[in-house]
Amino acid sequence: MQNSFRKAELWGIGIGAILILGILPALNAFVPETSVFHLSDFTINLYGKYICYAVLAMSVDLLWGYTGLLSLGQCLFFALGGYAFGMHLMLLIGKLGQYHSDLPDFMVFLGYPALPLHWVPFRSFWFAVAAVVLVPGLVALVFGFLAFRSRIRGVYFSILTQALTYGACLMFFRNDFTFGGNNGLTDFKFILGYDIRSAATQRCLFIATGILLILTYVFCRWLTMTRFGKIQRAVRDSENRVLFSGYAAANFKLFVFVVSAIIASLAGALYVPQVGIINPSEMAPDKSLEAVVWVAVGGRGTLIGPIVGAIVVNALKSWATRAFPDLWLIILGAMFAIIVLFMPKGLVGLPKQLISLFKRGFAYMRKRSARGEIGSELSLKESSTPPPPGAIRTGRVE
Amino acid sequence: MNKPFILTAEGVTKSFDGFKAINDLNFYLDEGELRTIIGPNGAGKSTFLDLITGRTRPDEGQIEFKDTPVTKKSEYQIYRMGIGRKFQTPSVYSDHTVYENILLGLKGSRGVWSAIFGKVTPAQNERIFQVLETINLKDKAQVRAGALAHGQKQWLEIGMLIAQDPELMLVDEPAAGMTDEETARTGELLLSLAGKHTIIVSEHEMVFGRQLASKVTVLHQGSVLCEGSLDEIQNDERVIEVYLGRKKKHEAIHAEH
Repeated sequence: MQNSFRKAELWGIGIGAILILGILPALNAFVPETSVFHLSDFTINLYGKYICYAVLAMSVDLLWGYTGLLSLGQCLFFALGGYAFGMHLMLLIGKLGQYHSDLPDFMVFLGYPALPLHWVPFRSFWFAVAAVVLVPGLVALVFGFLAFRSRIRGVYFSILTQALTYGACLMFFRNDFTFGGNNGLTDFKFILGYDIRSAATQRCLFIATGILLILTYVFCRWLTMTRFGKIQRAVRDSENRVLFSGYAAANFKLFVFVVSAIIASLAGALYVPQVGIINPSEMAPDKSLEAVVWVAVGGRGTLIGPIVGAIVVNALKSWATRAFPDLWLIILGAMFAIIVLFMPKGLVGLPKQLISLFKRGFAYMRKRSARGEIGSELSLKESSTPPPPGAIRTGRVE
Repeated sequence: MNKPFILTAEGVTKSFDGFKAINDLNFYLDEGELRTIIGPNGAGKSTFLDLITGRTRPDEGQIEFKDTPVTKKSEYQIYRMGIGRKFQTPSVYSDHTVYENILLGLKGSRGVWSAIFGKVTPAQNERIFQVLETINLKDKAQVRAGALAHGQKQWLEIGMLIAQDPELMLVDEPAAGMTDEETARTGELLLSLAGKHTIIVSEHEMVFGRQLASKVTVLHQGSVLCEGSLDEIQNDERVIEVYLGRKKKHEAIHAEH
């Protein structure tokens, strides 16, 4: 693990920033629609969604890849952030809803006499932003405290996180839970006084998401460089040693769990205004599993891996669900299986893997060609000089 | 007036599924002492160290470190009281560099915030290299610990212990898997630490021989069989029975079944 930003990495961050914050929005805004370089509003919106997923994937990796905590419920925090911000957007609709009431549509429909008390402060933008950070942070703090204090580890921790998100999902499905039941929150009209559906607003949301991605990357990278990051990886590799070195491992795990919940929540908060809806299916267990797949595909234990994984898998999904609607899940499953079996370091580890494979093959060929044995394995048996170690193995197979 | 003991264990019993790994054990250790605990496999050496360091808790009895009971405390709290431990199988962070391993073992704050915002001071850096020099791994500072040879991993873990600078060091079978030469050097290392620290070395057999010249406690079936100098131990009838007669007894037990 590097202890400072490498030059190439800084260049990468810079280029990524220019691309996401400058070039892509410009291609959408200033290039005429007739040009091949034009990026449609639909496409920029889609990319914004991918970037939200990339941030979510990074939060999964901060837990799984760096701390060894496989959370199968990370989408709970993503959805909580989405709900917190969605509540604010809901209240901005005002009388423009279907029922022309001050109350959100679903409340009229379900016969609420007035706005529930806990909805009232969400009229304030900054309260909603605070809730995006605090609510998932608090849920993670309480859950993490109980789980880590009881030394729940490994697969038990994974199952508990899955149960947590499933439980929350069921709760949010209920109409009397005041968050819109299975329809969730939707039909948003404004954000910060602007029309939420206009191309310009969506472009700004895309840029905001890009900024979040870059800040998250830099933050995670910085965190892994500190002594905290070293302890984090030590917990992953040998939690007992960490305990017997005087660190309260539970506190370190709790900190990472809360931080990654907040990161996921921020991604969710930016996701909702871009897709225009948040409902309980976002916290269904399979969503969190999908996020884990992105990380595994991209390469866990790296920060670029989750970004690559989230974008590649979702781009593939967008394409495959149109091209082969029935086969999408099979494609995803096959990809996951192949990568887990043959590419332990994921897509970002592939170049290195190929290079080392190539090098080994090359060295082997050279060794054999130096002895003039290319062509026939059988010649090994006849050779009077002792065969090289690699060749002994082939010789023994017969 | 007697000097107070640094570590006392009285009437300690610990059983796993009915098997008494530690059975009414009494053990007293003076401050600054170097003590060797030996015993055959299953005598309870590692379990005893587990009990001192909070890895398991006794069913009965009391263990006190400097007159404070440790039996209710968790691993990291016991560590902070000043007890450090090296495990039987080398337990280092194999993905971290040798330097980072020592850094994580280094005495100092163990909090989350200081870990995030704290910087490695020049003094700490110097101390790390000093430790690396002591354990002969200075030129391997930037090597992944997982790439070290077995004996070097053992030393690295001893190095983490030295970096911690605890009052009481528990060293579990440090010479396991080492060559004779490495064993001799490990013995020297332990001797150089004695005096500055109180040390318990557990051993399967007397690998260090006379090198450590310490008082020896022989454990057998979870309790203290006898204590004394190496000469006294070697001439003790019961010890001879346990070590030499074990095979015979073993056969006898099998014959009964």
